[in-house]
Amino acid sequence: MAMNNIYIMSKVIKILGTGCPKCKSMTGVVNDVVSENAIDATIEKVEDIMEIMKFNVLTTPALVIDDVIAIKGRVPSKDEVLALLN
Amino acid sequence: MFDWLQHFADWVIYAVFQVGAETHLGTALNFFVYDTLKILILLFFIVFLMGIVNAYFPVERLKDYLNKKKLYGLEYLFSSIFGAVTPFCSCSSVPLFIGFVQGGIPLGVTFAFLITSPLVNEVAVAMFLGMFGIKATLIYVVSGIALGTIGGWLLGKFNLEPLLSDWVKKILDNKMQQAAYKEEKQTFYQRLPEITRGAWDIVKGVLLYVIIGIAIGAAMHGYVPENFFNQYLGGGEWWTVPLAVLVAVPMYANAAGIVPVVQVFVAKGVPLGTAIAFMMATVGLSIPEATLLKKVMSLKMIAIYFGVVTLFIIFSGYLFNILLYRFG
Repeated sequence: MAMNNIYIMSKVIKILGTGCPKCKSMTGVVNDVVSENAIDATIEKVEDIMEIMKFNVLTTPALVIDDVIAIKGRVPSKDEVLALLN
Repeated sequence: MFDWLQHFADWVIYAVFQVGAETHLGTALNFFVYDTLKILILLFFIVFLMGIVNAYFPVERLKDYLNKKKLYGLEYLFSSIFGAVTPFCSCSSVPLFIGFVQGGIPLGVTFAFLITSPLVNEVAVAMFLGMFGIKATLIYVVSGIALGTIGGWLLGKFNLEPLLSDWVKKILDNKMQQAAYKEEKQTFYQRLPEITRGAWDIVKGVLLYVIIGIAIGAAMHGYVPENFFNQYLGGGEWWTVPLAVLVAVPMYANAAGIVPVVQVFVAKGVPLGTAIAFMMATVGLSIPEATLLKKVMSLKMIAIYFGVVTLFIIFSGYLFNILLYRFG
């Protein structure tokens, strides 16, 4: 991350997915990690396909942290999400 | 391979619950226990294998490959095979569809993927393997992929690009760059727990359908007389295949629930080819899928797409019946 102020600012997490079961499990994992570790972050679910395609991902669910795609097409583990957020 | 399971079912029903092996109830319960366990084991195993394939399938590289290489028609086949190995979850189909078209891949090649993606999926394959055996499963998979290949090629000839939704056309006009992407590589052992959990989630998701489907199947097995359907659907009248397919297109049944019921129809006299065509129309085309596609294409385009695929499935039904009758 080039930006230093990222550690001060609250993180913006976006979960891209049209509402399939996998997208829901990703949302569950991210919610858990954020609340369990008291991470300062806003979680936004992007379910509109037109909005999703602005990120030009081929597979959903996708996890976007501060406008950088971190995960595409799979559900991550809690450890992985925690590592990505730190 | 599943002998031990049959012994187990015999033991549970005839010895533990003391239901007679010669009674309708006994046969039905035995069938239910054996089939449910067998199907669940197969289902988990195949879904898990496909989970591993999916975790490592280089989607983006395939997209570039289809776009850059001159493949002399093979691109339709590759795209169709790709549709067969993509996950059961149909909600990824639309982003992939747009991504492909946007990446410069011809609409027909993209259609090949779109046709096969729901048609050949891991749940349907596992159910088919469990209920009809390896030969019928191979017919199903190979013909599903062939149908996607030829169907995609034909749809490509129709020049349907003007019928895409306006916003999709707009995306196509100004090529977008993918948003910044940075993913940590995970080792196989790091990913294994998630792949296992994903497979387990899929099995859990269809569990209820499997149980209900097999329960209905088991009940029918015990009570519907042999050759019962012969007089209605098994006589080989020309209209039976189109009827089975047209009934199935708007139906949205989970493959997990429909296969055990279809299996009884076959056991009681419906030709296997008609049954396979029925299955294909049930899982391959559905109202929910049309609703998803409505976001990226016009109704007219959906109608052409569904029409072509329906005709191909009907045609395959006849072909299966002829082939299975001659060589089966």
